[in-house]
Amino acid sequence: MTAPAPIPAPVPTLGGPLLEVRDLNAYYGQSHVLHGINLHVNPGEVVSLIGRNGAGKTTTLKSIMGVLRSRTGQIRFDGQDLLRLPSNRIAARGLAWVPEERAILSSLTVRENLELPPARPGGWSLERAYQAFPVLRERGHHPGSKLSGGEQQMLAIVRVLRSSPKLLLLDEPSEGLAPVIVQAIGDMLQELRRDGLSVILVEQNLKFATRLADRHYVLVDGEVVDEVARHEVEGRRADLLRYLSV
Amino acid sequence: MNTQLLLIQVFNGLVNGAFYALLSLGLAVIFGMLRIVNFMHGALYMLGAFTAFALGQAFGLGFWPSLILAPLIVAGIGMVLERGLLSRLYGLEPSYNLLLTFGLTLLTQDLVKQVMLSQYAVSSAPYTPPPVLSGVVNLGFVVFPKYRLFVIGLSLLICLITWFVIEKTRVGAIIRASTENPGVTRAFGIDVGKWVTGVFGVGVGLAGLAGVLAAPIYSVEPYMGAELIITTFAVVVIGGMGSILGSVITGFAVGVLAAIGAALYPPIANTLVFILMTLVLLVRPSGLFGLPEGAR
Repeated sequence: MTAPAPIPAPVPTLGGPLLEVRDLNAYYGQSHVLHGINLHVNPGEVVSLIGRNGAGKTTTLKSIMGVLRSRTGQIRFDGQDLLRLPSNRIAARGLAWVPEERAILSSLTVRENLELPPARPGGWSLERAYQAFPVLRERGHHPGSKLSGGEQQMLAIVRVLRSSPKLLLLDEPSEGLAPVIVQAIGDMLQELRRDGLSVILVEQNLKFATRLADRHYVLVDGEVVDEVARHEVEGRRADLLRYLSV
Repeated sequence: MNTQLLLIQVFNGLVNGAFYALLSLGLAVIFGMLRIVNFMHGALYMLGAFTAFALGQAFGLGFWPSLILAPLIVAGIGMVLERGLLSRLYGLEPSYNLLLTFGLTLLTQDLVKQVMLSQYAVSSAPYTPPPVLSGVVNLGFVVFPKYRLFVIGLSLLICLITWFVIEKTRVGAIIRASTENPGVTRAFGIDVGKWVTGVFGVGVGLAGLAGVLAAPIYSVEPYMGAELIITTFAVVVIGGMGSILGSVITGFAVGVLAAIGAALYPPIANTLVFILMTLVLLVRPSGLFGLPEGAR
């Protein structure tokens, strides 16, 4: 990985936010888990969703990606409503989702995993993925499930970059990984943001989230209860820790 | 039993095995992706044989063009049924799909019966193999009908191609991914629904192909698939659901074992496969090549 460079300020928004979520409600069967989420992501911005387990962070990502279908409200991306689209067409508009469980397919080799998402112009080539993480080349013919947790997380992230997404939905990328790997993943995300990629980052690791994100939404019981910008983080660290403590 | 007879039985078993393999391969591919047991499989096998017969009657098409056309027609019918009917039942209890495909089996059988009676005034019809495949081949140690050798060879070839495509190509990677985790595969931008339809088409197309191959050996009649499919289900249980290679190997192996068993002790001919199935279920409930439910 290259040395971290200064983080550029997010591109000022002339044409409005890239993603705008309004009054999002979501349901698992009978249980109502999101209660009117409102949030937005500007082009080039990294936004984090923080909160305790069960606050609705993962559900928010699944609702945006269309993986969870029983939901109401408005999800506008690039000016178009995504609510009715199946998730494959949501992906085709430029969203990509890296689920918490990473979803490395064990019946596919590492290379087949990397090449699974449809290639789109501007997306990562196999060569670029190998350059970023040489281990993926070495392990190319192994089943995806034979990688370590950190390698699986790297594979999960570079895999979706093949489709050249505009907005990346990342669910707890640092979870369960050694600090050195968390650092490497953080470095890669910095690099991606320099390329102009927007990200929604779900995190419980406050240090990781505050290093990367321009703004933080705090979720409690399926609602956004607070919003903290990067420059406010230092002054409000105690609040943020309280939101996350059990 | 002398060696001569044993060898003949091995070859006869391989012929039966060729049909079991093609049919259980189709069932395995369909089950892997759709998570449904296609009860209609036997009827579509019969439809393959009948289509070859009808193409011959209506357009004078011979064996070779029918060998290609009839499976394509069966695949097309299968894909229309999958889009129009089966896909509406995904996510419901498996019994709904069983009932639907069982009902479609009855409909298909009776429809073909009606057409055969009204159009051709027969309830079953012979189908002649092409002249190049008639006669026998002397293999030195055994003399065997040329056509039956062709059936063994073609079935092996088709099974090998299917295995190769699924295990070694990009198309196969998409199929495997959709089988393992359809939700994530769809979220990558892959239209899993379209692939499901295509895989169902290929699966039933294999049944149609088996039907055309069977037509010159058995006669073409509306219920020809009914008995074969029951044995095939037993083969699938023995081999384990969802394993491509497993279903092919088990298909041929069961064919040979059953034929040898039948020669050694004729009364056991019809039950041997089911005795095998029972034994496998007792020892390895997930089948010889299947993974236990939790380990998928």
